[in-house]
Amino acid sequence: MATSAIIFYIIAGVMIIFSLLAVTSRRILRAAVYLLFALAGTAALYFMLDYHFLAAVQLIVYAGGIVVLIIFSILLTTHINEKLEKPAPGKVFITSVLTLGGFVVTVYTLSQHNFIVSDTPQAEATVNHIGEKLLSVGEGGYVLPFEVISILLLAAMVGAIVIAKRKTSGS
Amino acid sequence: MEHVPISHVLIVTSAMFFIGAYGFLTRRNLVTMLIGVELMLNAANINFVIFDRYLYPDQLSGHFFAIFIIAIAAAEAAVAIAIFINLYRNIRSIDVEEVDKMKY
Repeated sequence: MATSAIIFYIIAGVMIIFSLLAVTSRRILRAAVYLLFALAGTAALYFMLDYHFLAAVQLIVYAGGIVVLIIFSILLTTHINEKLEKPAPGKVFITSVLTLGGFVVTVYTLSQHNFIVSDTPQAEATVNHIGEKLLSVGEGGYVLPFEVISILLLAAMVGAIVIAKRKTSGS
Repeated sequence: MEHVPISHVLIVTSAMFFIGAYGFLTRRNLVTMLIGVELMLNAANINFVIFDRYLYPDQLSGHFFAIFIIAIAAAEAAVAIAIFINLYRNIRSIDVEEVDKMKY
């Protein structure tokens, strides 16, 4: 087995184990830290695929930004020593059956489908090339989604400030 | 990565997606439900990148859509957490069972 394959299976194992821990841990802060490890494993997978810019974005925005936001909200809303109550056994059973069934159906469909893996050389994903593509108006350019995302981010920023702002007594 | 068949990667991402769905359905605390949603988004994101890398490596479309999805996930998390903090301020709880009215 090639070295890259071994590294991939290690990363995959880490991602799945930490995802499971993140949804089953009864200590909420630990669940957030397990989520951080699962997201960092994803970034490692992107590094293996030679998408370095995407891996850096994943580390900065997901592992750096979203996990820190989640940890802040946990610290603001939950007592740190408090354990989450166990979900009801019947609910756990039904949900496990549902999700396992969905997983089995998905894997069966995947095994039936024949993917035609392309042999063409990989396009270079350098920062230079990505920047030109993002702001290009020509064929294969992504300037429209780029601008839409910037408006969405502005709207989300204004919305988050307005929602989380403390009400002043005058207004 | 060329030694790993694409189906193995897709099995890993579907496992991650359904783990996220399990967390979303069993948890009752809003922040832990958000963690489940983030896992599902992340698994979908890996799928975009994997299809791009294995099936259409000369176009980079999946790569760009992954970047856009990450930006949308960040915006969604910021608004969701603003709502949680406002809810906690008003009803002192972020348990889904108690969040039954979105008014003051």
